[in-house]
Amino acid sequence: MNHVDQTAGGADSGCSPSMRDGMVASMKILLIEDDLEAAAYLTKAFREAGIVVDHASDGESGLFMGSENSYDVMIIDRMLPRRDGLSVISELRRKGVHTPVLILSALGQVDDRVTGLRAGGDDYLPKPYAFSELLARVEVLGRRKGTPEQDMVYRVADLELDRLSHEVRRGGKEILLQPREFRLLEYLMRNAGQVVTRTMLLENVWDYHFDPQTNVIDVHVSRLRSKIEKDFDQPLLKTVRGAGYMIKDEG
Amino acid sequence: MTTFRVLYKSTAVRLSALYIVLFAICAAFLVFYVTALSERILGQQTQDTLQQEVSDIQRAYGRGGMNAMLRMMERRARQPGANLYIIASPTGEILTGNVASVEPGVFETEGWTLIPFRYERYSEGGATTDKHQANGHVFVLDNGLRILVGRDLGEPQKLRFLVRRALMVALGVMGLGALVIWFGIGRNALKRIDRMSAASTKIMAGDLSQRLPVGGSGDEFDRMSESLNAMLGRIEKLNEGLRQVSDNIAHDLKTPLTRLRNKAADAIGRKDEDGRRAALEGIIAESDQLIRTFDALLMISRVEAGSVAAEMSFVDLSAIVADSVELYEPVAEEAGLSLVADIQPDVGVQGNRELIGQAIFNLIDNAIKYGVGADAGARIRMRLVKEEGGIRICVADNGPGVPADRRDEVTKRFVRLDESRSKPGTGLGLSLVEAVMELHNGRLELSDTDPDNAVARGLTATMVFPAPEQ
Repeated sequence: MNHVDQTAGGADSGCSPSMRDGMVASMKILLIEDDLEAAAYLTKAFREAGIVVDHASDGESGLFMGSENSYDVMIIDRMLPRRDGLSVISELRRKGVHTPVLILSALGQVDDRVTGLRAGGDDYLPKPYAFSELLARVEVLGRRKGTPEQDMVYRVADLELDRLSHEVRRGGKEILLQPREFRLLEYLMRNAGQVVTRTMLLENVWDYHFDPQTNVIDVHVSRLRSKIEKDFDQPLLKTVRGAGYMIKDEG
Repeated sequence: MTTFRVLYKSTAVRLSALYIVLFAICAAFLVFYVTALSERILGQQTQDTLQQEVSDIQRAYGRGGMNAMLRMMERRARQPGANLYIIASPTGEILTGNVASVEPGVFETEGWTLIPFRYERYSEGGATTDKHQANGHVFVLDNGLRILVGRDLGEPQKLRFLVRRALMVALGVMGLGALVIWFGIGRNALKRIDRMSAASTKIMAGDLSQRLPVGGSGDEFDRMSESLNAMLGRIEKLNEGLRQVSDNIAHDLKTPLTRLRNKAADAIGRKDEDGRRAALEGIIAESDQLIRTFDALLMISRVEAGSVAAEMSFVDLSAIVADSVELYEPVAEEAGLSLVADIQPDVGVQGNRELIGQAIFNLIDNAIKYGVGADAGARIRMRLVKEEGGIRICVADNGPGVPADRRDEVTKRFVRLDESRSKPGTGLGLSLVEAVMELHNGRLELSDTDPDNAVARGLTATMVFPAPEQ
């Protein structure tokens, strides 16, 4: 438990994406959840996805574990015995622990998101949720894959997106995108190699925080896909069934 | 007696009793004040008259001596309702006058008699029995004779007596009347309250269709009954809605759960890996749909409970409508519809952006799902306009529309007019829109897009926000 692979946590340390891809160590997360049944299920499901889970069942022990050990991501339930989830987060932040936190909430009220993010959370998922949604968000928060955020040019295979000039090229050929399509591609490429769900796309590209109950996102993604794949042999934008989308260099 | 005790307990009766007591006190004060004032004025007048008499007599004495004075006094004494005129010796014996005797000591002090004195008057038969009281002015002549000019106090006393009797009678009548009215009102009120409690007992027993009796006179009781009845109506409606919701939930969740179960059974039975995988994926999709339904249900109840009201801020409606057009335009196109929008710029309200966004998305979603009935040129028109009566966001399709008599129904939870449930959806979309509009003090209006078109009347759903206060 004391041994933490620091190199794996340093996603922003300047390694090239290919280097990191080669040495993805297992991600380690802390789950603070008082519902033992749910925690057991999540622990098992995360393990199957190659993620190591430490579990704390109340706020105090969660705070202790969170400040003593280092994790890639913490999942914190809002309502916890002995110490409220939000206060765990603010206490961790006060102690200088900047590990990304995903807040789970059974309350699910609209303003919960705001208070949760204000308390120092990085993402927020109301219950009930699909595990694939939680997994996708944890992986994005852990930032093991994808492109470092400070990069000005995102690259996946021969696809290039220039965040400054807003130009997209594939194999040197310019592809014209609508502003929203550009943001969609930008988000997908920043999280290249990771699954992003439809909800995550609606949140990050359109800034609406609810489950798109229909195929709105799919239609936008397929439009984008036709633009970036039309004249090329290699598909880049994959549909991950039951989960979402992923842009990845299969070559 | 018990009736009285109950009567006394009633607030109305106690209040009216209090009013009567207060009124009586005021009336008594008024009457005493009026008598006191009139007595004072009367007394002043008596004094003035007597003063006049005294100076007249003194002048007569000065001009014509004893004889002239006596003549004048005699003349005046003979007039009806005359004052008292007495001439007494220096020792106080009455020498002459229209008075038989006076209380001893009256002549001793000159000037006004401070206290009324008693005197006896000659009566008709010459007997000296009548006893009276009078006030007077005594003066002494230079020959030592004492003259008293006085006035009987009978008149003011009679006045005072009259006024007091009138007051007593008035108070008596008032008290009696009040008692009768009090009893009448109280009994009437009690009867009505009895009827009301009888009705509320039935309501408590669970019969929410009961209403409190309304007399029709429009009095306080009627007003109270009416407002309580309105409340009961609302409760009944909510209760009915709740019952319907739980019925619908039970029904609408049973179906997917059964499907889920069947798919799971199917997955177990599958030997081939691909088939099993497909069955499991079906289970996931089915579960996701269930989760969505629950999410939507929770969201609606939260919105209805108003617990999201704290998250209100300025919302740029023009931007949201533009977003929604941008988001749904490809979807509509894919479904074979065109989506056109007419957006007035810079329109905003205080509200919750997420909820308003979701409501608009739901309306467009419905329009796409149900607006495809038209043969050619299926089209969704969106409009955002700020008018005097409020801000309107219209989403109009030219599909088959919703018959006017079923429009109330479609906003209810789980109600879907398409009985086959062939289109995907939770049946909660319009319920959420309605809840969101209620949260924003607005409303959802449903109307025909083209009432003259029998086949494709189309549905126009309009979110109406109240006009922002200036």
